[in-house]
Amino acid sequence: MSIQEDYRRKLLTVITEAALETHLTRDLDKLGAPGYTITNARGRGQRGVRDAGWEADSNIRVEVICDDETALKIARHLREHYYDNYAMILTLSDVEVLRPEKFRP
Amino acid sequence: MDPIILFFLLGLAAGLLKSELRLPQAVYDFVSILLLLSIGLKGGIELQKQPFLDLAPSVLATLMIGLLMPLVAFPLLHKLGRFARADAASIAAHYGSVSVGTYAVAVAWLATREIGYEPHLPLLLVVLEIPAILVGIVLARGLSSDTKWSDVAHEVFLGKGIVLLIGGLLIGWLSDPQGLKAIEPLFMDLFKGILAIFLLEMGLIAASRAGSLKRYGLFLIAFGVAMPLFGSVVGATTGWLLGMSEGGTMLMAVLAASASYIAVPAAMRISVPEANPTLSLTASLGITFPFNVLVGIPLYWQLADFIHRTL
Repeated sequence: MSIQEDYRRKLLTVITEAALETHLTRDLDKLGAPGYTITNARGRGQRGVRDAGWEADSNIRVEVICDDETALKIARHLREHYYDNYAMILTLSDVEVLRPEKFRP
Repeated sequence: MDPIILFFLLGLAAGLLKSELRLPQAVYDFVSILLLLSIGLKGGIELQKQPFLDLAPSVLATLMIGLLMPLVAFPLLHKLGRFARADAASIAAHYGSVSVGTYAVAVAWLATREIGYEPHLPLLLVVLEIPAILVGIVLARGLSSDTKWSDVAHEVFLGKGIVLLIGGLLIGWLSDPQGLKAIEPLFMDLFKGILAIFLLEMGLIAASRAGSLKRYGLFLIAFGVAMPLFGSVVGATTGWLLGMSEGGTMLMAVLAASASYIAVPAAMRISVPEANPTLSLTASLGITFPFNVLVGIPLYWQLADFIHRTL
């Protein structure tokens, strides 16, 4: 399938502590994310094993598909507010979508 | 030996031996929801039977314990233990608050021995959850800072533990006794079985703290044992001064001796994010919870017994 310029979007993936979920989703709405998907996650990193045995050991993975500008705005906001004190990993990747109108702010 | 304690030891051993055993988080959630509701319901039903006159002094005394305990713990941790201000404040808040799991084990311990206690203790359990969180936040940041108190209030009053305990209390209090009969098999008859599963999981969680225990060393271990001992004396004395029975005095000792691991960690993570949650959870779950369950509860009974005999 050939993809036109307009079909490219950013996929922002955040893996962080489950405790942050409410705050994070509030921020995402405020920063203009058109939507998000949250899944439970577990794994190991700098802050040790997070095995999701109970709430304090649980991680979530948040995915947002949006335009470049919104993605950068969200990434910058999360870096400023959460990187210092919370376990958080954030990646940006290019994705191609079939219904671009869904992923506008 | 009490079987529920053996379930805890099984979880602890399985965890320490790195067994494949793990309970799904949904099971842990379900079991802790049942425990919180059962404790609330039981309190509500009992409160219904007698008008709760004279509750004000015990509520006030419990609030005082909640304010006092973190104020004692904080300087110890900050000055003597050399913990950073935020870490010391967060640990202090955990120890000022209360562990519902420990309370449940103590209630089961009393039930096995058919020892009665005052019906309003679940209410005091709820009361003691709250003040230490606020003290902890103030200790970490002072009063004049940019703390968002509406967020804090939301976290404190609408956290899972408080909602289920108060909800259970109200349901028990408002329901007619005939209707309650129908739900008793789940909430009352199965209480000990549910508690056993809960303790199995708590054993696994406590064992997962063993690694950080080695890293943070002796001071934290000493604190995790000394603080509940101090708390139990404060609690038992308060219970006695309030004119409680031996069972009630013992439960007051348990309330003051136990350290939170549900309400406070969640609130601290949001309100004092710079505090390292590993420190406070290692102390409260890795040391104090096992200590209270294995050694503390029988000890606090003897303490209550001693106070009632000698004073």
